[in-house]
Amino acid sequence: MSEKVLMKGNEAIAEAAIIAGCRHYFGYPITPQTEIAAYMAKRMPKIGGTFLQAESEIAAINMVYGASAAGMRVMTSSSSPGISLKSEGISYIAGADLPAVIVNAQRGGPGLGGIQPSQSDYFQATRGGGHGDYHMIVLTPASVQEMAELTVKAFDLADKYRMPVMILADGTIGQMMEPVSFDFKLNEPPAKPWATNGTKMQREHNIINSLYLKPLDLEVENMKRFERYEIVKQNEPMYEEYMTDDADIILAAFGIAARVCKNAIKKARKEGIKVGLIRPITVWPFPNEPFEKAVKTCKAIISVELSMGQLIEDVRLATGGKVPVTLCNRVGGMIPEPEEILEEIHRVANGG
Amino acid sequence: MNCKRLTLICGHYGSGKTNIAVNLALQLKKQRENVALADLDIVNPYFRAKDSMDALNQNGIRFICSDFANSNVDLPALPQEIYALTDDKSLSAVIDVGGDERGALALGRLSDKINEENNFDMFMVINKYRPLTPDAESVKEVMLEIESACRISFTGIINNSNLGRETTAETVLASVGFADECSKLLNLPIVMTTVEDNIYPLLRDKIPNLFPLDIKRLLDQTERKLGND
Repeated sequence: MSEKVLMKGNEAIAEAAIIAGCRHYFGYPITPQTEIAAYMAKRMPKIGGTFLQAESEIAAINMVYGASAAGMRVMTSSSSPGISLKSEGISYIAGADLPAVIVNAQRGGPGLGGIQPSQSDYFQATRGGGHGDYHMIVLTPASVQEMAELTVKAFDLADKYRMPVMILADGTIGQMMEPVSFDFKLNEPPAKPWATNGTKMQREHNIINSLYLKPLDLEVENMKRFERYEIVKQNEPMYEEYMTDDADIILAAFGIAARVCKNAIKKARKEGIKVGLIRPITVWPFPNEPFEKAVKTCKAIISVELSMGQLIEDVRLATGGKVPVTLCNRVGGMIPEPEEILEEIHRVANGG
Repeated sequence: MNCKRLTLICGHYGSGKTNIAVNLALQLKKQRENVALADLDIVNPYFRAKDSMDALNQNGIRFICSDFANSNVDLPALPQEIYALTDDKSLSAVIDVGGDERGALALGRLSDKINEENNFDMFMVINKYRPLTPDAESVKEVMLEIESACRISFTGIINNSNLGRETTAETVLASVGFADECSKLLNLPIVMTTVEDNIYPLLRDKIPNLFPLDIKRLLDQTERKLGND
């Protein structure tokens, strides 16, 4: 599929997963990500893959554990309340050092919340979500094209570091349609000598497990895992800088909020206010570097989010209190108008 | 075009049915007094005909739609008013049906009366650039699934091949052969080719039955915020 096609973000994730070699998808429907499951249901039987609608989110994530343990590239997807249900299984996957790709097309919360878009699962995604000390790599696409590209990247990162990778999208990017090209370079998946795919009587049997009988053994495993996380933190932060070179005010936003920010920046620049954007693409590991650089020249940072202020905590950690950081947000399924962001830019520009 | 009393817009998921239905209703209102647009979509949570409700109301078009469309709940409900579509014979209506066979199921409960009255057109919307329907064979598969779900037979094809905001005149021209193949295989006429109004003048003399779509004015607010305008 080298020519451009018109796709919903959710469909682009599903197609990109198939291109990346994912042949096992386990899920349970929830709005606004059901197109991923629907697409997999149509495509997987035609290419010798497995689509399975599990009896629950909890069943689906444990099927992911099983397929991953057998060495397969495997994916599941859900939206906020469903990710909460999957969090126990994600912790087990992290504890067993298994690669897996998990998509969260976020919707409004807490509780049943609503089906309109949101970014309020940021803490859940970046701090773990389930129990125990662990991390996921968290990727935040801002276009349908990135939905595709970051899905392929997610599979590579998951295999490389043997850890779960989450695509933290939102309902709007999942539902909206944009032209997308699948003409990207693919990497060969690494060998998985640890997989429980049959000894053929030629090797010792492999064990995939997150239970350790001796506390000291569990401690050692946790320490080793966090040494690996340090490597991820050094190698994998991704971000985009937009008009930051001369910016007095910098907006921090990811995903759909960053799209609205770019519109607000164009309006502000027309008025002569120098505004730029730092868009984290990975939110774990968080890209500290552009913020550390920005605080040397900018006067203030505005965190623009579809949540009550979650990204802002990482922005404050990265900037170390060197410049004021304020919040501009809408929640509950609302997306801010560019004019609302512009209003906050005015307030900050006038000394806030 | 000479519209029957009911115009049913069906097709593959994401083929552009809603944009076409809204524009057709506005066009129909220029010819008839009593016009309705009915949203029978029980699949899509976002980007629905309700986004154009203001334009429909301003033009005096009756809008029949679930109370839960564009709300924060996910209820695949149909409005009780849908029975007006078959019972009120003075009404001319465009019916925006949900995508694929799942969406067409909702139309099934009206099929007996629609077939009995036999004053309808049902159009299959096609887009060459949608990945699951890039050729006539795959379009036929979707068409048969839809017909079997709603128990009504198609009477024509609308070629709405586009690449969203990257659509050019060439994009549309390159889809003409695909549309012809669909027409031949499905044994249905191409009743119109739809294009956004900004490229309509470039193609007016090149493609027969070209119909301009006003998308910008009816564009969803979300897309405007995201810079897609």
